[in-house]
Amino acid sequence: MNPGPRAAKPAHFDVDRLIDDRRIRIVVTCGSGGVGKTTTAAAIALRAAERGRKAVVLTIDPARRLAQSMGLSELDNTPRAVKGVDVEAGGSLDAMMLDMKRTFDEVVEDHTTPDRARQILANPFYQALSSSFAGTQEYMAMEKLGQLRARSDWDLIVVDTPPARSALDFLDAPERLGSFLDGRLIRLLGGTARAGGRTYLKLLHAGFNVVTSTLTKILGGELLKDVSTFVNALDTMFGGFRERAEQTYALLKRPETAFIVVAAPEHDALREASYFVDRLSRDAMPLAGLVLNRVHASDAAGIGAEQAVAAAERLESSGSHALTAALLRLHADRLKLAARDERIGERFSAAHPEVPVTRIPALAGDVHDLDGLREIGELFDAR
Amino acid sequence: MGDWEGVRLHVVTGKGGTGKTTVAGALAMALAAGGRRVLIAEVEERQGLAQLFDVPPLAYEEHRVASAPGGGEVFALAIDAREAMHEYLAMFYRLGRAGRALDKLGFVDFATTIAPGLRDVLLTGKAYEATRRRTGDHYAYDAVVLDAPPTGRVVRFLDVTTSVSSLARVGPINRQANSITDLIHSPRTAVHVVTLLEDMPVQETADAVADLQAAHIPVGAVVVNQVRPPHLAARSLPAARRGRLDHDDVLAGLRAAGLPASDGVVDLLVREAADHAERTALEEAQRALVDDLGRPVYELPRIADGIDPTALYELADALAEQGAV
Repeated sequence: MNPGPRAAKPAHFDVDRLIDDRRIRIVVTCGSGGVGKTTTAAAIALRAAERGRKAVVLTIDPARRLAQSMGLSELDNTPRAVKGVDVEAGGSLDAMMLDMKRTFDEVVEDHTTPDRARQILANPFYQALSSSFAGTQEYMAMEKLGQLRARSDWDLIVVDTPPARSALDFLDAPERLGSFLDGRLIRLLGGTARAGGRTYLKLLHAGFNVVTSTLTKILGGELLKDVSTFVNALDTMFGGFRERAEQTYALLKRPETAFIVVAAPEHDALREASYFVDRLSRDAMPLAGLVLNRVHASDAAGIGAEQAVAAAERLESSGSHALTAALLRLHADRLKLAARDERIGERFSAAHPEVPVTRIPALAGDVHDLDGLREIGELFDAR
Repeated sequence: MGDWEGVRLHVVTGKGGTGKTTVAGALAMALAAGGRRVLIAEVEERQGLAQLFDVPPLAYEEHRVASAPGGGEVFALAIDAREAMHEYLAMFYRLGRAGRALDKLGFVDFATTIAPGLRDVLLTGKAYEATRRRTGDHYAYDAVVLDAPPTGRVVRFLDVTTSVSSLARVGPINRQANSITDLIHSPRTAVHVVTLLEDMPVQETADAVADLQAAHIPVGAVVVNQVRPPHLAARSLPAARRGRLDHDDVLAGLRAAGLPASDGVVDLLVREAADHAERTALEEAQRALVDDLGRPVYELPRIADGIDPTALYELADALAEQGAV
């Protein structure tokens, strides 16, 4: 098959229409690290608030200055009003940073007796699990989202996703942790051989001793003991973890949710974005569009890149007009970068023609105050 | 020899989007130049190395991916925690039925995705093994380059004992973690941090350097990536930044070059120069912060057309010229 004519330009992703739509209650920004995901989430939340939404933004591990721009100085799990927001349209903006350990502790405290909760919180295995398991952050971000949604203080929740190995971790980790906490292995480790059914019992007879003695050899008896105490203390909560993860997952599939994939015009970032788009469509999750950050836009003004370089070379060899030559080289560099960004963006759109795209130009400086966020918000509107 | 004589394990980290995989690849090429064997390993299951060296997706197997100038060879490996776990079980225990039972029960999942820190022990453990592996009386590899997780997670990733020893206080996992720790805290390891001259990456670089030093892990160089060519002479920058370049001079230059010369074109070029000068000023401030970290600094040029295997040679040369090898 011959390649067709140039792919049609994808639809423009109208962020304002999305945030003005009162039926939308949750916006999730996702994408790989270093693409400006947190900044995008904050800019969207601010713009929504100034257009009249009662918004809260849940950030995960924001860069220090971005956090400061919203007046967040500590990880305290409490949404706080952001100062300096224009509330004339009747909106408001709260912001919070996720404290993953605190959130996990609260889940435990909510689901068991104070005595048991104390036992669990003091357990070394629980402490490691709640503070350093790679998926705990994702799981707790989901948990927090569920909690915020259950309250009626806001009509729009903007959630940033954790800087994961892969953007997909956000969707997969809660399920993984849920099935682990709910699964057979942990019960075996905990010595509560109740669930499972026949196959499980057969397996137990066949290999229980070998398995536990191997586990003891690999992990050491102490760890098994910690896990066992942890599991026994957690006994009443089984099922609860998986159920909660499933509930939040279901929330993400509802039409009130909109996923925004964030990327930069780099192959890696757009590859991740592609995976994510495929995954969302497979799981029938509502994708609103792609925000492509840091796009080098350029105006050729009748002088193309090659023409500019050739002219610069002519001027340089003539030994005059050094300034013009330098400006022409700058101009050529900008055009090349812009052309490259354009190519990379087109490649994504060729594979995903159904995904609307909004491009945010590369800014000279970093964002570190509300004005900077506001400026990005205005760029959502520029076509 | 360069700045890292005696270093056998080069760990490369950086904020997401700074190009740490590219820099790791260029460093591997530079280290291999002149007939040496170098292994580069990735741990994040992203197949970044296959993309970088333009080869089919890597398996849990070391494959030759490039030859370096002077007969050197670069091998690549995608370390996968599950495979490492299976290898580990096979190496230490002859597991028949029990091994299968462990897998069925989800133990491998538990160990590789859930148990805090175990995954990192398995991943760094494989790099540790490759670093120490011998064929005859030679090391199998002259150096190992590890494309590590980004700055935010690198200390926890490398400092495996802290997370694991509080859990597995005895047993082979604990012993394994201890040997890895010995290597990582020794002068045979250097952790290089990749940054761009932008606010957030530099801030994260400074944080990572401080955190690594606090954990007594040897910090290597800071690699400033994607440096733009300084087209505008330093003395023109202040005027350029204020948009006060000599309009008529530029117009005359355009005419001399036979280009469309109008006020509109001049205004555009002057605006572009102002933007460039603004960035240059920001970059200079960031560069000063990088210098304050007191580590060797290498600069790599921005490759406008994107990274391909040819560009890797260019970057490897740039590292070698600046004393990295």
